[in-house]
Amino acid sequence: MLEIKNLKAGVEGTEILKGIDLIINAGEVHAIMGPNGSGKSTLAQVLAGRAAFEVAEGSVTYKGHDLLELAPEVRVREGLFLAFQYPVEIPGVNTTYFLRAAVNAVREHHGEAALNAVDFLKLMREKIELLQLDEALLKRSVNEGFSGGEKKRAEILQMALLNPTMAVLDETDSGLDIDALKVVANGVNTLKRADNAQLIITHYQRLLDYIVPDFVHVLYDGRIVKSGGKELALELEEKGYDWITNGELQTA
Amino acid sequence: MVAPANNAVDRLLAVLPTRGEGGASFAEMGFPTTRDEDWRFTSVAPIAELEFTAAEADAAAKLEGCIFSEIAGPQLVFVNGHFSNELSGVGELPEGMEIGNLASAAFKPCEAEDAFGALNAASFTDGSRVRVADGVCFETPIRVYYLSTGGDGATANIRNHITLGANSKATILESWTGADAAYFNNTITELSIGDNAQLEHVKFQDESTAAFHVAGLHATMGRDCRVAHHSIALGGRIARNNIRARLDGTGIEAVLNGLYLPRGKQLIDHHMVVDHLQPHCDSHEYFNGILDDHARAVFHGRIHVHKGADKTDAKQTNKNLLLSDNATVNTKPQLEIYADDVKCTHGATIGQMNAEQIFYLRARGLDEEAARRMIMHAFAGEIIARIGCPPAREELDRLVWDRLEDK
Ligand SMILES: Nc1ncnc2c1ncn2[C@@H]1O[C@H](COP(=O)(O)OP(=O)(O)OP(=O)(O)O)[C@@H](O)[C@H]1O
Ligand SMILES: [Mg+2]
Repeated sequence: MLEIKNLKAGVEGTEILKGIDLIINAGEVHAIMGPNGSGKSTLAQVLAGRAAFEVAEGSVTYKGHDLLELAPEVRVREGLFLAFQYPVEIPGVNTTYFLRAAVNAVREHHGEAALNAVDFLKLMREKIELLQLDEALLKRSVNEGFSGGEKKRAEILQMALLNPTMAVLDETDSGLDIDALKVVANGVNTLKRADNAQLIITHYQRLLDYIVPDFVHVLYDGRIVKSGGKELALELEEKGYDWITNGELQTA
Repeated sequence: MVAPANNAVDRLLAVLPTRGEGGASFAEMGFPTTRDEDWRFTSVAPIAELEFTAAEADAAAKLEGCIFSEIAGPQLVFVNGHFSNELSGVGELPEGMEIGNLASAAFKPCEAEDAFGALNAASFTDGSRVRVADGVCFETPIRVYYLSTGGDGATANIRNHITLGANSKATILESWTGADAAYFNNTITELSIGDNAQLEHVKFQDESTAAFHVAGLHATMGRDCRVAHHSIALGGRIARNNIRARLDGTGIEAVLNGLYLPRGKQLIDHHMVVDHLQPHCDSHEYFNGILDDHARAVFHGRIHVHKGADKTDAKQTNKNLLLSDNATVNTKPQLEIYADDVKCTHGATIGQMNAEQIFYLRARGLDEEAARRMIMHAFAGEIIARIGCPPAREELDRLVWDRLEDK
């Protein structure tokens, strides 16, 4: 579904991603862990199409297309969704209005009729129940004044509404208490199907107790320095990143 | 022909009728220059260069296509500063309620703070007069239309006087529109709001982009009153709004909102002074502007918390969105605090579209154009949403939106 080959990207001449290789197939859940500043969010944002990051080398193929050629909005309409580490506040834009515009942009892309306000509300009520979100939030401006946890749940609500085939979750678990974490994980698991895939960026093994990954990768200084099964996350939790990075430095 | 500014005063006085000593006091002050601190960013030279004539009544004027037309209730219409009996209609009013024109009543104008005020006091022809007696709650919005049909240099001085008694309530919707010409409207509105009264005052200024509009709003407020003024400023080559609010009673809640959308070569200037004289008052000033082309905007907001005005809660923000590299904003929010235990905040921003916000919206499927429009709408909507009167709010929302779309 997603094939990243030797991806190098950065900002204004500074290389942040220094050659990433990653293949994600339908039905798989991948986790990326790695210390602060290793380039996890950069990878996520490059996949979503953030123009601030320049791709210097490499390729990304998504569903057989050259992903890097697509505008950000086309990527998400084609099912590649990013839940932001830091969701952006947009004062003055009503959340419900925004969500409907997003859903309808995706629907129209697939030749489906736009949902009217009533039908949309029905759909939205279904989804907010799943994420135990207070409906009052949806009357407010997008993310404005939302608590950290509310922002993260709102991201998953958007994911639920847009029903992506390839979801990238950038630290959706950070800042959540254990109850909120369960709700979010449950939401993510509910959206799991045999024909979609998830890439979960996280610092904490505890999320992976609820969303069980098929593969765990360690990103360090712009490279994937180790990959393994879900037991790798436990090992990381126990030993920290040093044992990998030291080893990496020794073999380098 | 460009006439020098220094004889603008004489040329004005030669064509306008004046009352009392007004003309002399106007002549003494003279037109402000950019050396005056209050006019530093707004040169009135283009006004002084007009070939002034006294704006005349026009029986052929029509109200067609004006805003708020779906709203029923009393309406006053002034054409070129003259009351139009034909176009106005007040209907049945409750006991203690008066709606009419000022010229037919005795009235003593408040003291002028600058030459435009002095000119207005000396030469106003007419304007609206609304009186709401103590305890009268008038729920129907009162609409006041100011039409200008004169040519270049046609000068009208308009004076409005609105008095709300204690425990009364009213909503006033003003509309300013005109023919495509360099006419000049100089207006002063005096608001006197009694104890525990409620007023919502919406000013929709959509003058010709060739015209000049200088306006003063002088509000005095009694204790526990709630006042909201909304300045929706779209028109005028130069449009200047002096807003003066005196919070001289305890427990007042004053909201002053502004939205300005200049483009082309327009200059829209809001100059606001809020005086907190008594404790336990709240004042909130929210001004947003969206500027395009070579447009300019000026925002000056001074909140003066006087000695003894403890527990004041004053918030002031001015946000500007620049759609063009050639647009400029001069903004100066100021706080002067001489009281204790106050909660005051102020801030101003000037910026292009926020790239992060646009990317976020695009990452949710909206194309770039839709994302930009959504953010722009939000910027304007933030101010419009504060208008309490639902039909006025909805119509202004649509109208402002259409205006932003057709660029
Ligand atoms: N816009 C930018 N301009 C300059 N440097 C940037 C920019 N964005 C990211 N970087 C740098 O790139 C590196 C990787 O950042 P990134 O946000 O991808 O890290 P991360 O792995 O997501 O970290 P965290 O765990 O803290 O979220 C950091 O050193 C960061 O400072
Ligand atoms: Mg990150």
